[in-house]
Amino acid sequence: MLDWRWDFTWDILPRLIAATGNTLLAAGLGYAIAVVLGLVLALAQRTPYRAVTIVVREAVEFIRSTPLVLQIFFVFYVGPQFGLRLSPWAAGMIAIGLHYAAYLSEVYRGGLESVPKGQWEAATSLNLSTARTYFRIIIPQALPPSLAGMGNYLVGIFKDTPMLSVIGVAELMHTANAIGSETYRFLEPYTLVGIIFLALSLPTAALIRVFEAWVRRKLGMY
Amino acid sequence: MTNEPLQETGAADAATPMVSFRKVTKSYGRLVVLDSLDLDVAEGEMVSIIGPSGSGKTTVLRMLMTLETINGGVIYVDGQPLTHMPKGGQLVPASDRHLRQMRSKIGMCFQHFNLFPHMTALENCMEGPVHVLGLSKAEARERSEQLLEMVGMADKRNQHPSRLSGGQQQRVAIARALAMRPKVMLFDEVTSALDPEVIGEVTNVIRKLVSEHHLTMLMVTHQMGFAKDISDRVCFFYGGRIEEQGTPEQIFGNPRRERTRQFLSAVKEAV
Repeated sequence: MLDWRWDFTWDILPRLIAATGNTLLAAGLGYAIAVVLGLVLALAQRTPYRAVTIVVREAVEFIRSTPLVLQIFFVFYVGPQFGLRLSPWAAGMIAIGLHYAAYLSEVYRGGLESVPKGQWEAATSLNLSTARTYFRIIIPQALPPSLAGMGNYLVGIFKDTPMLSVIGVAELMHTANAIGSETYRFLEPYTLVGIIFLALSLPTAALIRVFEAWVRRKLGMY
Repeated sequence: MTNEPLQETGAADAATPMVSFRKVTKSYGRLVVLDSLDLDVAEGEMVSIIGPSGSGKTTVLRMLMTLETINGGVIYVDGQPLTHMPKGGQLVPASDRHLRQMRSKIGMCFQHFNLFPHMTALENCMEGPVHVLGLSKAEARERSEQLLEMVGMADKRNQHPSRLSGGQQQRVAIARALAMRPKVMLFDEVTSALDPEVIGEVTNVIRKLVSEHHLTMLMVTHQMGFAKDISDRVCFFYGGRIEEQGTPEQIFGNPRRERTRQFLSAVKEAV
């Protein structure tokens, strides 16, 4: 039989819930970076300058083709050799933000390409500048088809935050490991971590679908 | 209406055509779409362009709207080169600033309307006046509401395009283009995507424009009866050239060229 101890479970629960705050903060910050930087990477691939397009596309491919955990180690441990001395939090946010920015840029790219060419032509006929066409006409229409993909990566980045434990960011996984090495009990902390992730991921996915429908309605697109 | 001071570089006087194609050529690779086209359109003139598909008629409008580049020749609008500018006695490719200044003279309506789906009818009309012409929201709203009234869409001004029929969307698109106060209006097969029963509501708006406004208009159309009714001149395009042009009476009543006759009788049979 499993040796599950409820008193121990209740003892460690407050500590894990406190660490959940850090997990959510890491996921939120990392996602905020990824959402903005991903758009920059997507737009950079659509400029008339071929060299920019090629460099950015290769960089995105490179990031998507190497493991996140390697990128985290690289920024944190190799960064200082280039004069980039960062705290675990800062290094972690840069690595995870950049990693997911690369994925989100592909989501945006699909969304931007799905906007009919006629929308560009109408904007040109009204003499709107390129920047204004993007922000007023194209991006609002690229948003609804991008939301499902964006939601997937929100859940994805949340589930990848345990990787930050490898450089000592005190999030959920790191805290569960610490409890394990202090008490030699792993069953309860890891189980609780799993339950907490499940309890947060499932409603998020549902909320994203509600949000998607709301955005479509808000933009008058059915 | 036109009391603005004339611009220094070759601004239009009464004798200068509003639109002028000079040996304009357009090709995609080996396919020649327009072959050394010469075409003048006078200020206030309504010119219809007819012809079989692939004859280059839509390309004429798209080049005027700067949606297509040109491979040779020069287009003049209001006395100034459209995609070129004079520099050191020669014509060089236009700067972005010049293009934007020239584009402000031209408005266009499309076959598939191309309204912005995330904006209401009114917001569609206000977008350009506010963000390009720099009008205040109140001024832009007033101008847009007047135009929506003119096209009979005032009561639908707060609807999104998805809630409007094709004919209604096209009327909003006409109001949106007019809100920019262009000197030249381009209509690119504006009734081709419409159900037959709503074509009339769009053509009636264009009729109204012709009779009440002093706009220069170019219209690509397959509605021969409509072209006959409202045009000052009809151009029949064939193989990237103007095969024949003349008054509607002459083109539809007494076409001189064999190809024109063939085209018109083929169109008649299709109806």
